[in-house]
Amino acid sequence: METVTRRSRNWPLWVGFATALLAAFSYVPFFVKFPVTRDFPWANLVLFLAAGCLLAIGLYRAFAQPERYRGKISGVIFGVLSLAVFGLFCFGVFWLARNIPRAETAPRVGQRAPEFTLTGLDGNSVTLSQLRQGNRFVVLIFYRGYW
Amino acid sequence: MRSFERRLAEFRARDTEIVGISVDSGEESRKLCQSQGYTFTFLSDPRAETIRAYGVLHEHGGERGQDIARPAEFLVDREGTVRWVNLTESILARLRPDMILRAMDGLDAEPRSR
Repeated sequence: METVTRRSRNWPLWVGFATALLAAFSYVPFFVKFPVTRDFPWANLVLFLAAGCLLAIGLYRAFAQPERYRGKISGVIFGVLSLAVFGLFCFGVFWLARNIPRAETAPRVGQRAPEFTLTGLDGNSVTLSQLRQGNRFVVLIFYRGYW
Repeated sequence: MRSFERRLAEFRARDTEIVGISVDSGEESRKLCQSQGYTFTFLSDPRAETIRAYGVLHEHGGERGQDIARPAEFLVDREGTVRWVNLTESILARLRPDMILRAMDGLDAEPRSR
């Protein structure tokens, strides 16, 4: 008599892939809000590590115990997609975000801050000398803007 | 910049003006201030002249290839001398107000050389 064994669903593969997606797409809406997780995305890297472990467990089950677990094909697909997502994340955070000019000509400590005349919110002209008047310090924050 | 808004009182207590500078138009910055509740000074440098003068131009750094500013912070004293500079290596690593407040308090403690 033939015994039909139902192979069980290989859940670590699914959870692993979901964790990899969470790791990649939680940075911008969530972890950038906190300086601790923004400056270096360690929280996302921890999530990626967890995803990697889950996928490894799932793949091991699928290939070492194929009579008990499914997931040979889906496991490979999830694995490759997760690696791609991880690669894109690293590219964005460690290359794109750092791909900015080094500002070698920026005034250094002890040098004079270049005078400027710029426009305020209501169209009025504002100069650095005006800003310095009556203040001990002026903090100039150059930012990328929102265009 | 949200963190600067939150600590604005501490800067005011040190007679310090916070100024945000970008290529954004006044209209764009006004929208930003309204939506985020920023109350410090914002200045527009649409042709990036001041941004260039401060050596912090990021050519074609905008999404549509516009010239914009790379993130940078300068602490300028009453006499117009740069006393502290922060040039980040990543647009994700932001200056925390603590760093600049500490820098200012450190400068205050030093005897002024004239």
